[in-house]
Amino acid sequence: MSAARVAVVGGSLAGLRAAEQLRAAGHTGPVTVLGAEPWLPYNRPPLSKEALAEGGAPDALAARLAFRRRASIADVDFRLGDPVAAAVLADRTLVTEAGHTLGYDGLVVATGLRPRRLAVPGPSTGRHVLRTVADCHALRAALSGPADVVVVGAGFVGCEVAGTLHGLGHRVTVVEPAGPPMVRVLGAPVATAVQRHHEAAGIRFVIGAGVTAFTGDSRLTGVVLDTGETLPADVVVEAVGSVCNVEWLAGNDLDLSDGVLTDNHLRAAERVVAVGDLARFPNPLVDDVPRRVEHWSIPTDTAKRAAATLAAELAELAGVTPDLVRNGAPFAPVPSFWSDQLGLRFQSYGSPALADEVRVEEGDPDHLPGGLLATYHRDGRHLGSLAINLSPARQRELREAFHHEGVPA
Amino acid sequence: MKVIVDLALCQDHGQCAIAAPEVFRINDEGHLEFDGTPEEAMREYVEEAADVCPVQAILIEG
Repeated sequence: MSAARVAVVGGSLAGLRAAEQLRAAGHTGPVTVLGAEPWLPYNRPPLSKEALAEGGAPDALAARLAFRRRASIADVDFRLGDPVAAAVLADRTLVTEAGHTLGYDGLVVATGLRPRRLAVPGPSTGRHVLRTVADCHALRAALSGPADVVVVGAGFVGCEVAGTLHGLGHRVTVVEPAGPPMVRVLGAPVATAVQRHHEAAGIRFVIGAGVTAFTGDSRLTGVVLDTGETLPADVVVEAVGSVCNVEWLAGNDLDLSDGVLTDNHLRAAERVVAVGDLARFPNPLVDDVPRRVEHWSIPTDTAKRAAATLAAELAELAGVTPDLVRNGAPFAPVPSFWSDQLGLRFQSYGSPALADEVRVEEGDPDHLPGGLLATYHRDGRHLGSLAINLSPARQRELREAFHHEGVPA
Repeated sequence: MKVIVDLALCQDHGQCAIAAPEVFRINDEGHLEFDGTPEEAMREYVEEAADVCPVQAILIEG
């Protein structure tokens, strides 16, 4: 058995699953997980939903949302609160921001994303993002009484935050330059229907407008739009997408133009694999173009495949023949995500965002709580399915469809 | 193997029933039913169900 040392850089879902899956793949050597945040891996989706609604100090939130640790990773060394500053792949060493160095034999890149920030003039106070328990706590703490909240960005995080803060009694406006909410994923007919639903619930949408400045001196008072309108605001939530945490990998000849480029088996370089939101890999269920996929299912799926890839490479070094059958199969995950917003439960399978044609198969777009099924197509191929308020039994059919359609030759 | 579901957390997403239909199912009322002592042969599927649970409500003991 290999006694090779594996360093997992990134202490969130992808890093945790990578550690678990290394063990499941038979790797018995030391595994160290290096996390930038001071908390053990925790589940992020509730941060825009229940955790934001209920509130709590960061430590308490992190404890409440912590992933359960499998017995198989009881011996994994979690080094938390000290981000990795740089890697030298040629030497197989890492150095952390606190100045600690760590040598390794195999590397898992799992540093994920951070929120993109708006670069516009104005006060820096009152502006929030939502990615960590600290962010969640700070946003909640900024909202004591009923407030004017402007959410910039109508993607999934923006819409979930808008729904939760509306539920807490705040006056919420969502500003989005690109189009109706979540349109990139949902497509226009569904996105406009969701907008009508959310507007009927009491959220205001300003679509087609961009933010040019914030007003206020010591305290934020408003958001200036490029339409000339100024929205009153006590608090702004910037939900305008993400930036990949890959700076620490610079200078190593990796393709970091959008996340970390890998092959279909998540291999980025010799004895280096990438997992989670920043892994850019081709999925033969779609085509041969490498893409990053920011869906909740992807950290777990990529960790499984990447751990097998790395464990096999390390075993081979130690003179053990890897399991060629398991490791030869193409990696073709069916991405999935869910979202809860104002009485709507979204569940998606496949890659709706890559389609250019949306078909509403079932349901009434003017009454989404009653259920809706949409399918997504490109060049006549079925790429994704979206259910709103459909039963889990129905969802199973939607997921299975992709397994049955299988991987094109 | 013992399976415990924190029903205070469970929101009936049903992803467990997709991952391990022999152990978890959503009944006609839309609520979760599950086998608390599945056979060892089910472990891989039960672990996947625990992994994919959106609210991480599933605990495997033993």
